Amino acid sequence: MTDAGNTKPASAKIRPPSPLRPIVWVRRNLFNNWFNSVLTLLALGSIYFIGRAVLEWAFFTADWRPVTHNPILYLVGQYPRDQLWRVGASLLLVSFLTGMSWGKWQGIMRSFALLLGIGLAILGMIPAGGQLGSLAVRVFFLINLPTIFLGYLLGSRKFVTGGWVLGGWLISFLLIPFLLRGTGEGTILPTVETSMWGGLLVTLILAVGGILLSFPLGVLLALGRRSSLPVIKIFSIGFIEGIRGVPLVTILFMSSIILALFLPPELRIDRLVRALIGMTIFSAAYTAENVRGGLQAVPLGQVEAAKAVGLNNFQTTFLIVLPQALRAVIPAIVGQFISLFKDTTLAIIVAINELLNIGKSILQSDVEFLQLQFEVFIFVAAVFWVLSYLMSFASRRLETALGVGER
Amino acid sequence: MSSSNSYSKSQARKSIPFWRDERVLKAAAQVISAIIVIGAVIWVGVNVLEAANQRGLSLGFDFINDPAGFPISESVIPYDDSYTFGTAFMVGLLNTLKVSIIGIFLATILGTIIGLARLSTNWIVNKIALAYIELHRNVPLLVLLFIWYFAVFNKLPPAKESLELPGPIYLNQRGLYLSWPRLTETGGVFAISLLVGLIVAIIVWIYLRRLRERSGRSTYFAGVSFAVMLVSAVLGLALSAWQPLWIDIPVFEGFNFTGGLRLTPEFGALLVGLVMYTAAFIAEVVRAGIQAVNLGQMEAAKAVGLKPMQTLGLVIIPQAMRVIIPPLISQTLNLTKNSSLALAIGYADLFNVGRIMINQAGRAVPVFSMVMATYLVLSLFTSLILNIYNRKIQISERSE
Repeated sequence: MTDAGNTKPASAKIRPPSPLRPIVWVRRNLFNNWFNSVLTLLALGSIYFIGRAVLEWAFFTADWRPVTHNPILYLVGQYPRDQLWRVGASLLLVSFLTGMSWGKWQGIMRSFALLLGIGLAILGMIPAGGQLGSLAVRVFFLINLPTIFLGYLLGSRKFVTGGWVLGGWLISFLLIPFLLRGTGEGTILPTVETSMWGGLLVTLILAVGGILLSFPLGVLLALGRRSSLPVIKIFSIGFIEGIRGVPLVTILFMSSIILALFLPPELRIDRLVRALIGMTIFSAAYTAENVRGGLQAVPLGQVEAAKAVGLNNFQTTFLIVLPQALRAVIPAIVGQFISLFKDTTLAIIVAINELLNIGKSILQSDVEFLQLQFEVFIFVAAVFWVLSYLMSFASRRLETALGVGER
Repeated sequence: MSSSNSYSKSQARKSIPFWRDERVLKAAAQVISAIIVIGAVIWVGVNVLEAANQRGLSLGFDFINDPAGFPISESVIPYDDSYTFGTAFMVGLLNTLKVSIIGIFLATILGTIIGLARLSTNWIVNKIALAYIELHRNVPLLVLLFIWYFAVFNKLPPAKESLELPGPIYLNQRGLYLSWPRLTETGGVFAISLLVGLIVAIIVWIYLRRLRERSGRSTYFAGVSFAVMLVSAVLGLALSAWQPLWIDIPVFEGFNFTGGLRLTPEFGALLVGLVMYTAAFIAEVVRAGIQAVNLGQMEAAKAVGLKPMQTLGLVIIPQAMRVIIPPLISQTLNLTKNSSLALAIGYADLFNVGRIMINQAGRAVPVFSMVMATYLVLSLFTSLILNIYNRKIQISERSE
């Protein structure tokens, strides 16, 4: 077969194989021998019965009221309704910056911006009860669409450099928690305790915050682990392996409950922040291992060349080795972000009101909802599924775009 | 490198000030980081001691021998609330080990099947496997556990209206009741003779196989080993008066079932959730491993006249294993660590028992360090064993 391919002229390569007729395709792919035929029939049969049962359940039997009753709870939890504009403003900021990144970098950011736009458009238009159905909230969601586009227009201008956009993101990450938390009673931003935050908002804060804070720590740990200085190396290895050896639940439990004993009594840390610390520590150990993989992939010649042109250790690491190493591990970091996003559900154990916990408390909010666990948890699972799937889809495209694994 | 070093050394003596001397800087960096880390540890330690003094908490481990005073819903070893904290801790550890070991075993089997299905030439089977994998990998394990526990196992009918499956197996709110074979009084003899038979069969298998590999003659290793097993089984049966086992069948009495093997709904939900979740990841590992074997290997095996089963067993699988084992190690570790989510559905695993012990004994720090240390030892021990195995099957490359 390979021989034939080699001897044919290049034109044979260009012409695509003619598409198989459906009947031939079916015979080749589904009924090519008796064993496959049996498998196909069995599979078709079970798909039919399971599919029918699922559809019947979803459209006729299932009682979706706990989901449709007040969907805004799943988004922001108990966040005071008269202060919702602050969450909205944060969302607008993110939309704008996403638009700018799209204009600046195209590629992956383009798909990300489009996904965000489509998601918000759907949220703005689905028939829903409660506050989510109110005109103001719908308009708020829809305003995000022109905002993304505005960001795109600005971002595609020549004078807007990548540094601006990155700076914008950095400032917004500092600004958003401040905006959500508030400045105190009597001011224009009354304090909203983090115990009132909830739902997808908290899930995203834990995931995004965890990955961003853990990143610098992880890079340092990875460098420490590869360091030639034995003391630093031992500390780094001890930290990384120690954290990776225990479950996230124990780390969350420790940061939330035991940490209160370790710290002096005057140092009281907010509950959400404590959970975030746990997430960060956990994530840092895994980031470190990912980054280490990238560091190992940088050829030694690069270091030698850097030394040869007179760069010192610091410059070699930060200007030569790290940029190459990090480029190689971006897909792994995205993968880790997805698993951190899923792991935020564990915060339920330290009583953080993230998405799953909101679902659980909605079940208990009404006697009629008590028995509707299946509906609620399937809905929560679907939300996680859609978001994680989109992210892993994006990360696969990112891998192709970066040319990772290609020569 | 060494020549440039000695050059800079000789220069250093004269011109380079100490704050730019690499040796001084390196030593300083280490000393400073050591001081920071040790300082932080001491600071934390002092705070813990202070907090312990203030709140009247004790940091000792002497409570281990006090009666625990709380019940645990399921246990492998005898336990009730008059047993000590130490025993309670062991109960939790054994429950974790129970769900992990059974879980790893089942997840590997299910994951391999799905991974192979993913490689099937049958389009539908292939896509079903893909759907299974994508469905499980993108949903948090805890949500899956909640669905299994709250929406499936808790929704089963009450004991009176149990679902009856062939076996008989009864399924109801209180769990799964299986008919289970148990040894009779003479059954011990049977078990021992089976075990001896198995060991002899394995030795015979290895010996005859080596003999064949050396001499090239057919030694019928499979047939001979099988015969050894058969003889030992028949011998054991005869010695135990043809009655080695009796079947313990669950019976409905009063309000509940007695007899049989009972699996609690908590254990069931945790096991099913962990196995199905981990299997999705193992399936991807298996698929990648088999795909990593060069197609030429299969063609070469055919060319030298190996049969399809021999190709699979002697050429494909040994090479695929090299790729599969390292990620499989991390999946088994993940499963063990993920079993700590048992807390959310009330299975009495190590972490859950530890949490109750903290409340009961009021010794947060000692109990918690015991729990963490146990997980750490479990992880390190599992990865050590599997790494030794891994080293054995890796290609021994030419030494440099």
